[in-house]
Amino acid sequence: MKIGVLALQGDFSEHISMLKRIGVETAEVRLPKHLDGLDGLIIPGGESTTIGKLAVAYDLMEPLKEFGKSHAIWGTCAGAIFLSKDIGRDQPLLGLMDIKVQRNAFGRQVDSFETDLEIDELFKATGTENPYHAIFIRGPVIESVSGDAKVLSALEDGRIVAAQQGHLLATSFHPELTSDTRFHEYFISLAS
Amino acid sequence: MEAKTGTWTEKKGLAQMLKGGVIMDVVNAEQAKIAEEAGACAVMALERVPADIRADGGVARMSDPDMILKIMDAVSIPVMAKCRIGHFVEAQILESIGVDYIDESEVLTPADEEHHILKHNFKVPFVCGCRNIGEALRRIGEGAAMMRTKGEAGTGDVVEAVRHARSVMGSIRQLQTMGDEELMTFAKLNGAPYELVKEVKELGRMPVVNFAAGGVATPADAALMMQLGVDGVFVGSGIFKSGDPAKRAAAIVKSVTHYQDASILAEVSKNLGEAMVGRNAAQMPESERLAGRGW
Repeated sequence: MKIGVLALQGDFSEHISMLKRIGVETAEVRLPKHLDGLDGLIIPGGESTTIGKLAVAYDLMEPLKEFGKSHAIWGTCAGAIFLSKDIGRDQPLLGLMDIKVQRNAFGRQVDSFETDLEIDELFKATGTENPYHAIFIRGPVIESVSGDAKVLSALEDGRIVAAQQGHLLATSFHPELTSDTRFHEYFISLAS
Repeated sequence: MEAKTGTWTEKKGLAQMLKGGVIMDVVNAEQAKIAEEAGACAVMALERVPADIRADGGVARMSDPDMILKIMDAVSIPVMAKCRIGHFVEAQILESIGVDYIDESEVLTPADEEHHILKHNFKVPFVCGCRNIGEALRRIGEGAAMMRTKGEAGTGDVVEAVRHARSVMGSIRQLQTMGDEELMTFAKLNGAPYELVKEVKELGRMPVVNFAAGGVATPADAALMMQLGVDGVFVGSGIFKSGDPAKRAAAIVKSVTHYQDASILAEVSKNLGEAMVGRNAAQMPESERLAGRGW
């Protein structure tokens, strides 16, 4: 099992540390050739505009779309935006997941928050029941899911913050900033 | 549980999202848009870039909130703004208008020559400058959630940024080889909080994200700082004081991502037009140096 982390910009080293903790081999992806031999890919948190522009500049858009057809991809925050089909503004998107996303949906940095989530699918998959502590940083909200995409978790007010479509995963929050490896384990199960 | 805002995790976390990126100084909404279009991961909103602050002299203060708000409206990426060292009311004002990060900056004229702001009192995160590990850990002790090497702002001369990054990185390496019984003396000699010294030894890195700043003017400068071990780069006067800001900005963004790939660095360094007119930091009189501000 070898998982790549898109290393154009953002907190890719935090994802790599989490993967190493659960014994997974990792690789940094900056160019199309770095996708060779990978079983899955994580698109980290960061600035989605920056990541999108660098993906276009280094001809990664088509190879990433192709990779996503047959491999697991998980996007956290900026990565979830990048995976989506529609964000209501013009910036490069992979459009792999049938989700509509709103950027910076909770406001500015002073509004960024931590909270506990109930994520049944995750608890079932990992045989655990303690709440998942989620960290949102200028986070997006998944406004709606369509097609095969399904809601994985929502806040108490109903706003969707995690979605899954087959082997594709999107979270508005940052499991890589916690010490809880459950989400990374769940993603590895999708990549297997 | 209740949602919690303004936590230490939140403050440090935004800086973690900026890693591997370039934060650019901008003085108006048009420049902010050029920076965002070039791939900046954040912008620093200020009325005058450091090169102009140097040229103009006088007292440099927090920028007009209206001008900062216009920049916040113009772009979707995080917006930072500077307050004077020790000027906690400027910081309160910046927090109230919703900037994403406050830079308590030596580039502005200090308001307090003995104390920095107690940054733990704020919900908004702060970034501060440092020349060495002691200064960095004092600022983190006060609540800074991100650091940057000071370099010498507004010169286009990278030598001071290199000096400061080497000093910080060298101290981190030194701590790795020290016995636990040596840490208190290290803390004493460096004027650094003991608990944070211990944390640096355990982590093998700074407890918060650490960018380079002060004198970065070319893609090669930015990649140099990255190879020295910083997490990202601030570019101040280097972009909008150059011949072709949009092109240079995009090139520096690429150089920070591909900092280990010399062939890409060669490609992005081509035909960038005039770099900013540099000023040799070594020949600068002590009175004109900004990096010495900070206690």
